[in-house]
Amino acid sequence: MESSAEQNIVNIEINDISLQVEPGQMLIEVADANGVAIPRFCYHKKLSTSANCRMCLVEVEKAPKMLPACATQVMNGMKVWTKSPKAIAAQKSVMEFLLINHPLDCPVCDQGGECDLQDIAMGYGGDQTRYQERRRIVKDKDYGALVSTEMSRCIHCTRCVRFGEEVGGIAEIGGTGRGDHMEIGTYVQKSLSSELSGNIIDLCPVGALLSKPFLYSARAWELQSYLSIAPHDAVGSNIKIQTRNGKIMRVVPADNEEVNESWISDRDRFSYLGANESRVTSPMVRNSSGNLVETNWQAALDTVIKSFTEIIATDGGSAVGAIASPSSSVEEFYLLQKFMRGLGSNNIDFRLQQQDFSAGAEQSAPKLELSLQEIETQNSIFIIGSDIQREQPLLSHRVRKATLAGAVVSTINPKTIEFNFAISTSVKTDKLTPALAGVAKELLSRGLGGDLNLEQLLTDGAVNIAVEAEHKEIADSLVNGENSMVLLGALAYRDQNQSRIYSLATAISKMSNSSLNIVTEGANALGGVLAGAVPYHSAGKVEVSECGVDVAEMISNPPKGVVLFGVEADKDLAGDDSAIDSLGSGFVVAITPFMDRLTYEHADVVLPLAGFGESSGTFVNAEGRWQSFSGAVKPLGEARPGWKILRVLGSSAELQGFELDSSEQVLNEVKALCDVTADKSEPEISNWSAPTDLGNIEAEMVKPIPLYEVDAVVRRSAPLQEQAKKLTGGVDDV
Amino acid sequence: MSMISDSARSDIENWVDKYPAEEKQSAVMAALRIVQDENSGSLTTELMNEVATLLEMPEIAVYEVATFYSMYELKLVGRHKICVCTNISCMLNNSKAVVDKLEDKLGVKLGETTADGEFTLKEVECLGACVNAPVVQVGENYYEHLNPAINPDKIDQLLAELRGES
Amino acid sequence: MANQVCFRNNHLENSWSLSAYQSNGGYEVLKKILSEKLTPEELIEDIKLSNLRGRGGAGFPTGLKWSFMPRTVDGQKYIVCNSDEGEPGTCKDRDILRYNPHQLIEGMIIAGYCIDASVGYNYIRGEFWEPYARFEAALEEARAAGLLGDDILGSGFNFQLHSHLGAGAYVCGEETALLNSIEGKKGQPRFKPPFPAGFGLYGRPTTINNTESLASIPVILAKGGQWFLEQGLPSAGGEKLFSVSGHVNRPGNYEVPMGMPFSELLEMAGGVRDGHQLKAVIPGGSSTPVVPGEQMMDVNMDYDSIASAGSMLGAGSVIVMDETTCMPRVLTRLAYFYYEESCGQCTPCREGTGWLSRVTQRIEDGVGVAADIELLDSVAGNIEGTTICALGDAAAMPVRSFLKHYRDEFQYHIDHKKCMVESDW
Repeated sequence: MESSAEQNIVNIEINDISLQVEPGQMLIEVADANGVAIPRFCYHKKLSTSANCRMCLVEVEKAPKMLPACATQVMNGMKVWTKSPKAIAAQKSVMEFLLINHPLDCPVCDQGGECDLQDIAMGYGGDQTRYQERRRIVKDKDYGALVSTEMSRCIHCTRCVRFGEEVGGIAEIGGTGRGDHMEIGTYVQKSLSSELSGNIIDLCPVGALLSKPFLYSARAWELQSYLSIAPHDAVGSNIKIQTRNGKIMRVVPADNEEVNESWISDRDRFSYLGANESRVTSPMVRNSSGNLVETNWQAALDTVIKSFTEIIATDGGSAVGAIASPSSSVEEFYLLQKFMRGLGSNNIDFRLQQQDFSAGAEQSAPKLELSLQEIETQNSIFIIGSDIQREQPLLSHRVRKATLAGAVVSTINPKTIEFNFAISTSVKTDKLTPALAGVAKELLSRGLGGDLNLEQLLTDGAVNIAVEAEHKEIADSLVNGENSMVLLGALAYRDQNQSRIYSLATAISKMSNSSLNIVTEGANALGGVLAGAVPYHSAGKVEVSECGVDVAEMISNPPKGVVLFGVEADKDLAGDDSAIDSLGSGFVVAITPFMDRLTYEHADVVLPLAGFGESSGTFVNAEGRWQSFSGAVKPLGEARPGWKILRVLGSSAELQGFELDSSEQVLNEVKALCDVTADKSEPEISNWSAPTDLGNIEAEMVKPIPLYEVDAVVRRSAPLQEQAKKLTGGVDDV
Repeated sequence: MSMISDSARSDIENWVDKYPAEEKQSAVMAALRIVQDENSGSLTTELMNEVATLLEMPEIAVYEVATFYSMYELKLVGRHKICVCTNISCMLNNSKAVVDKLEDKLGVKLGETTADGEFTLKEVECLGACVNAPVVQVGENYYEHLNPAINPDKIDQLLAELRGES
Repeated sequence: MANQVCFRNNHLENSWSLSAYQSNGGYEVLKKILSEKLTPEELIEDIKLSNLRGRGGAGFPTGLKWSFMPRTVDGQKYIVCNSDEGEPGTCKDRDILRYNPHQLIEGMIIAGYCIDASVGYNYIRGEFWEPYARFEAALEEARAAGLLGDDILGSGFNFQLHSHLGAGAYVCGEETALLNSIEGKKGQPRFKPPFPAGFGLYGRPTTINNTESLASIPVILAKGGQWFLEQGLPSAGGEKLFSVSGHVNRPGNYEVPMGMPFSELLEMAGGVRDGHQLKAVIPGGSSTPVVPGEQMMDVNMDYDSIASAGSMLGAGSVIVMDETTCMPRVLTRLAYFYYEESCGQCTPCREGTGWLSRVTQRIEDGVGVAADIELLDSVAGNIEGTTICALGDAAAMPVRSFLKHYRDEFQYHIDHKKCMVESDW
């Protein structure tokens, strides 16, 4: 087919340069791809076209008027001039119109130095105004604690409006009034409720929408940028940590189409404001009168080694254990488990909120079978026990995009949870297992069970499983969807019946030929499993001779010596206060950036850990993508990166294999063990087999963790906490 | 507690029925007019929010519509809203005298409401009755050929008629 | 000849009633089309032959517009009537709705038949309550008589027709703003392409025609495209409604042959008001360039003749001004109008109309400066051709034409801080 090849190419000329381009593209896309600069304000590659600013007017042969490059499709034979006298005249006219009512306050505007209007005005603006009238004054809006407004600067590009509708999934901002009385805003006094609201700061091409916490604190050109990875969920959003004089000034997204596109969540953007709250800046030991007192590193390390050596000498290696944050880096997980195993203990865990560990090594690691981008192409999505919009905001955005493209979504969730995308079948329940079993039984009854041996579990077992109409609908949508996925979230993972829920979800995915996708807590849960920070295997899934105990067991039956690594025990761990307190009964080593209650009351040694942005490391996101980052600022006070602390602990305990010079060296060791070459872990084959009973079928579902309570850094960010208070409705109030 | 009466609701439903089932938002203009009429001629945020709920649309989308079209009032208005066209054809036919006379008789300026709450005087754009200029609109009715130089009593009669209705 | 098309029934008692309409041949064409199963293709051909050009102002040939509809493509399509009559000087559609609503209904049903649309909406401006009520009553009558709704006259053809009431926005007369307004949104124009014939109301193929255009259809098809063509000119067929307002003795809507000399039309309207002389004419509604009176007296009321005088026929809205008219004062009012009615969506119109309004007001108030005249001309020129819809051009054209013909009056205002002429209004 000769013609089809031709149809896939359009020949155009831009500024007399011939280009062969794909049909269907807009001129501005082609120009951008070919390095032709066309000024623009309203156009944004991730938003719908509005063509309202008119800045991108260009001359097109045979067109009687200048045409907006953002809304003009390439046509074969088209000749375009972006800098012809006519095009420049039109662009200058538009620039003049934009500037007549824009305040001349660049010197005091936070956008200065990174302002599209300022930049483009340098090329297209006049040096004197012909406008003698009063400039428009627009009352500022109160969008809450995160976004500051200076609405007289607004040029009505509507990027923020379109973002709300198209990405945020909640239409909160609009343009009210008309003509030059039109105001962009919420009309009524209202804090923005989208968990992605901060992105409008980046989208705003002028200084109308600004970061409230960053306001007047630095100029853009004073900042140094460090690429990093956001540590609050399993998406692995790419961020830039921007610093001045060794201090973190703000966090902005780094584009990565495969991961976070151009966006980050408000949690990722504003958590840095909690990074230096209640920090531990010096090693401490508890003295004989029971008080924590500052000491030097050597003394503190000696105390740890001495006590641990004594405990192990008396009670064996299994008398010590370690609990790590699920947002620890791969390097930290790896060295921590290496340290514990070197001491003879397999008691290590990071699954802080999990209650049921009976699946053990039978269960595959918490990983998406699909890539984040592939989620967008699903036709049927079954969400099991997940407040996904708040657990993983940008993964949820991919789900939302799938729904906008026509995907049907079904859920089994507690009643309180709502989403910013359409749900076709929603089972709202307090008990996850029966509903999930209903769906599985329905699929089995359709003869899809194959050799999975599910009969004992679903039809012949002691419990009679009711199949409801909704269960059939869910089964229908999964079976009928050409691309269907099962998504198992944190609520399912935190369930008292987690192992059976995992089994049922696996069975459902196998019977319906759907992918099985798991996301749980923290930024690096998958990394934790791969690096061996679990009781049942070491790095690279090397099975251990004697399985250690899990975190729940360590809480209910505390080891004589315990390392808490990056954990704010009384907030991060499942269980009530007295249970948590019992952890403090033994010898507690708290390696932590923050002073918290358990540390303050019970820790015997406190080792100051580098905080957010202060150390290098690697996170493996939910897709299995290994993303490394470097430190952006020096650790505060005497704090040290986790891998260095653990290296010294290992050496001090005279353990083998701690002669490591850099975090890269640690990483390479883990990668070699995990057989990872291309920075991407492939899906593993789980040795799953059907259980014979449904376990604790009456288990009540746990409550979701509120958006701004997920970890110690977020909990300390005052603006996020203030925003949470301002918001009404949703689960934040629960 | 709903602020929209049952009869207004059924009126709105009749409008909803004119449009495709999934396009309820199309009835928003009619709905705002209906609830405004029922609320003495103006809208409140609460009413707009109810309309949003009724028509399953974001509240901001209702605010956008209510603030875009000039016939919706977001502040209290008098019992009678006298809309005076001052655009070109009316202007050429002495609409200034109409405004002057109304301002004089009512003791308010354009954009204001009389102290007794009876009248709001509003300048409006072309009412589309240019061959009968000058024109004012009050409620559903047009009053035409009001040039005081030609018909000296017409404005007095109009005001008397409106007062009589009250 | 006059009053042969849209006003042909106006002399009848209760001309808006079904019985009056039917007493003068109403709905006979529809019956014929449905009973004889005339094909859309042949009907569209006849309309093309008539050279009916869109009566809303743009003058695009109606038959050609209908032929753009993808009528053989499955799925919902719409016919929409634009009765959002708001261009200053224009008030003809109001009288069609008031006095001959059934002819519009019949025209819309036929249009639906021709473009394969089973649903139509008539967008009536919100201020037109009385015309709306008339139109609604006529819809009821038509439905009751089996002329509208499902299975019209037993033919199997279904057509639903509804009114949609506006709420005060001139820009909704722009066809895509009108579609957004029907969709329950702000009346902001859409950028084109895509055009409504491909992506219109609710994203479906849609044709939008003016009230007068659609109301002309039954007469064209009853008497034949050739007949209609012969009433006017080869370049534009038919009789056309002209709203003559301003300084004339008998302002009114006159339905006369396309191409009638302006002088004759002025005479029909009773001439310039007694004791005064013609100064200037805006021939097609406020958006069209002003033409000096003496030049206008040599012009005929058709597209080409008026174009040769530097203006446009527009919607046929003839605004007559006598020698008492201060041109800066008139332009100030018009500039304010476009400023008020700009939707605010695109930059040049949102910012430029306000600028024009403020500068004209300044001149009118006697505080203008010498540079203001060039400034006005330049700002208007910068708006022209850069906006999403035609409102920007509509705001710019009066400015440029007023300055072109009456620059001395603006200069006088700036120099003397008062009008050059005395007025009694």
